[in-house]
Amino acid sequence: MNKTLNQKAWFFVIPVLVLVAFNAIVPLMTVVNYSVQETFGNNQFFWSGLTWFQEILRSERFHASLQRQLIFTGSILAIEVPLGVMIALAMPRKGFWVSVCLVLMAMPLLIPWNVVGAMWNIFALPNIGLMGKMLNDWGFDYNYTRQVGDAWFTLILMDVWHWTSLVVLLAYAGLVSIPDAYYQAAKIDGASRWAVFRYIQLPKMKRVLTIAILLRFMDSFNIYTEPVVLTGGGPGNSTTLLSIDLVKIALGQFDLGPAAAMSLIYFLIILLLSWIFYTVMTRNEDQ
Amino acid sequence: MAKITLSKLKHSYLPDPVSPDDWALKELNLEWQDGGAYALLGPSGCGKTTLLNIISGLLKPSHGKVLFGTDDVTDLPPEKRHIAQVFQFPVVYDTMTVFDNLAFPLRNRGVAESKVRPRVEQIAGMTDLTDMLNTRASGLTADGKQKISLGRGLVREDVNAILFDEPLTVIDPHLKFQLRSKLKELHHRVPKTMIYVTHDQTEALTFADTVVVMNMGEVVQTGTPEELFENPQHTFVGHFIGSPGMNVIPCSVENGHVVVDGVIFRTQNDVPQGNPKGTFEIGIRPEFLKIADIGVPATVNSVADAGRFRIAEVTCLGHSLKLLVPEDQEIPADGVVLDFDPNWTRLYRNGWLTGGKD
Amino acid sequence: MIRMRWLVPTFYILFLMLPIYWLVSMSFKTTNEILGAFTLWPQNPTLANYRTIFTDPSWYMGYVNSISYVTLNTVISVSAALPAAYAFSRYRFLGDKHLFFWLLTNRMAPAAVFALPFFQLYSAIGLFDTYLAVALAHTLFNVPLAVWILEGFMSGVPKQLDETAYIDGYSFWRFFTRIFIPTIKAGIGVAAFFCFMFSWVELLLAKTLTAVAAKPIAATMTKTASSSGYELGLLAAAGTLTIIPGAIVIYFVRNYIAKGFALGRV
Repeated sequence: MNKTLNQKAWFFVIPVLVLVAFNAIVPLMTVVNYSVQETFGNNQFFWSGLTWFQEILRSERFHASLQRQLIFTGSILAIEVPLGVMIALAMPRKGFWVSVCLVLMAMPLLIPWNVVGAMWNIFALPNIGLMGKMLNDWGFDYNYTRQVGDAWFTLILMDVWHWTSLVVLLAYAGLVSIPDAYYQAAKIDGASRWAVFRYIQLPKMKRVLTIAILLRFMDSFNIYTEPVVLTGGGPGNSTTLLSIDLVKIALGQFDLGPAAAMSLIYFLIILLLSWIFYTVMTRNEDQ
Repeated sequence: MAKITLSKLKHSYLPDPVSPDDWALKELNLEWQDGGAYALLGPSGCGKTTLLNIISGLLKPSHGKVLFGTDDVTDLPPEKRHIAQVFQFPVVYDTMTVFDNLAFPLRNRGVAESKVRPRVEQIAGMTDLTDMLNTRASGLTADGKQKISLGRGLVREDVNAILFDEPLTVIDPHLKFQLRSKLKELHHRVPKTMIYVTHDQTEALTFADTVVVMNMGEVVQTGTPEELFENPQHTFVGHFIGSPGMNVIPCSVENGHVVVDGVIFRTQNDVPQGNPKGTFEIGIRPEFLKIADIGVPATVNSVADAGRFRIAEVTCLGHSLKLLVPEDQEIPADGVVLDFDPNWTRLYRNGWLTGGKD
Repeated sequence: MIRMRWLVPTFYILFLMLPIYWLVSMSFKTTNEILGAFTLWPQNPTLANYRTIFTDPSWYMGYVNSISYVTLNTVISVSAALPAAYAFSRYRFLGDKHLFFWLLTNRMAPAAVFALPFFQLYSAIGLFDTYLAVALAHTLFNVPLAVWILEGFMSGVPKQLDETAYIDGYSFWRFFTRIFIPTIKAGIGVAAFFCFMFSWVELLLAKTLTAVAAKPIAATMTKTASSSGYELGLLAAAGTLTIIPGAIVIYFVRNYIAKGFALGRV
């Protein structure tokens, strides 16, 4: 659409600008402020330059949580995106069952995050939880509070349970926007099921899948409440993701300087990765 | 390549059709000769797209058979029927180049790559796409995309028929004529059966050698454009084809005479004897209704100039009629006398021409 | 193969329902039954857990609090986003693209990063432990989302609509409120749905910014679970009740959910 040049449009943006600036800039400045100072209590602060940043970037602990974070985000993307697309492809296109599917599938998205954590905590308990009990009855030695592998399995399963529906809804929205004529033309052209997916469905889903991956990437990098309630970051530190570690440092140990420096590095990593992904995904469209 | 025969074909989208309205297609028998240029003409919702999809195999008819030559293909899926179809809205594979789009049907059928290239280039030449072979198909205009769709149909050598489902709907008016001529030209070069679905009589009459007119799920007449104009088998055909359409006047048949408001009319076709039952109408095209010295008096309501002739709207025996008047003929304002030429005046019973199908 | 396709969504939905079923079934069990024998469904169904919640203000006020700030947030987010989305969809102006991207980056901000500064900020301006504090804090991620969704819907409305209205003598605000807003009401519905959803499920900020008066139900839950030992039945009942508002909201917008995402643009 052709847009007209109109600088007065800024007035329309002011309410949003004020709200977001108040919520984003002021706290961000606070964080930046902490990140370059040192305190010995009593509200006395000293300029410390980039010491905290250097310390965080070199610390084993940060590397470990970042690595865990990357493994977590990588795994859930690798599972949720293909699974979500597969489910969307198998869903009915019209009729009564569409509403039933959509309503049921959207349910996990609207459950408060700590309830999700609590629900899975109860569901997976080895002695009284449905899943934990069943797994043990079937001969698996399953205990997510003690064994690292089980904790990761439960954490990823919970995220798949929680968020795959988002990918399904997005992919489904992309699929239903494809006119019937495309499928009919493909049939007449003798296209295989795979060719229909590769040349019709996937290209039409590309835009919504970009949104899906971007949202899932950002949100999984920010995930805090669910794993805290489920495993509390344990056993040991084995499921301590970036956010959990950050809160431990900031509120648990009250090391404001390092926590602030870590926040900024954390935020920059998300921005950078999102930007790279966004650029790569949209580059082809401009050609 | 083969003749296409539709035998006792009926279709309903409902599982248990009861009333006649439940049928999207009422029983029909049709033959499409190999290499013919056909048009399927009718208003929206008359069942022409349903019929087309049955021929291409996208839809399985609830009753009857589809034969290609002597083979029964009723249960065959579209890809086994050697049929190509061009849709109302252009379908191109966005991520592929024009070349890959044209090659797609061949590659799907496992044609060797060495044979694909020359064939695609040949078809691209026919459809004026040679310059764009290496561009992405998504960047083309609507008419370019329709050419790709058409090219994908032509590219297969084994195609029995090419079906067009209102292919010019989204094309700019000034390009419509161009693309239509292109189609006509292609039909001369590639003598395959082409079936063209449209609701636009100009498109149908200029493209096709044989036009099939449909209304309310029924074939009302099949014939050349001349036959449809000169000898409409049904008042609907008279109405739908021609501009303005045929004048239709309710009448009655008394003792073997056609009577409108006490005036006896002579018609070209036979009049049933006695006092038969049914709804009777006479039809005469505006082209054949003349101002004369003797005949039926009428009053003139309005005159519109249409270029080489004028269209006069008159009231005659209480019915509003239209007639074409040559540029140089004078129209008396106080009233005219109309000559109903018996050679072009026809009697219809319940819509159908008497003496033909009842 | 095609005939078996329905199995995929069916199994998926079954998988989604299992943990929910376990939570709901546990909410009807007595503590003894939960901790004693492993039972697939409640042997002696009891409403005691729900009775506790509906009679104890420290429980049910949690719901009132949650619903209050979520509603307030939805109203603030959507009303602020409407004019901004209109500006982005209709006009070019200095820095528009940068501004749009900057707004979206706030959607990426980890709540954990902002928790402490938010606490200090809202304490300093005296809003700590009010609905408004949580509602305003949640605009951080909901306003960008609402702008994004609404901009997508508005770009789908042809500009001729605006121009025709001006030619017919409508003033801008009359056009905006009488014609434009009704035209994109589906978009507003979708945006409101997502604002509601993200505000309802978020807990970290909500918990940080409240103590007693505005404490969300989900926070009440965690506290009870840890302080009064292992009252799993009560916890399950409270959890079950937090699912209900979401389920109601989904039911009303079911036809828009799929569309809403599709129309927002990247």
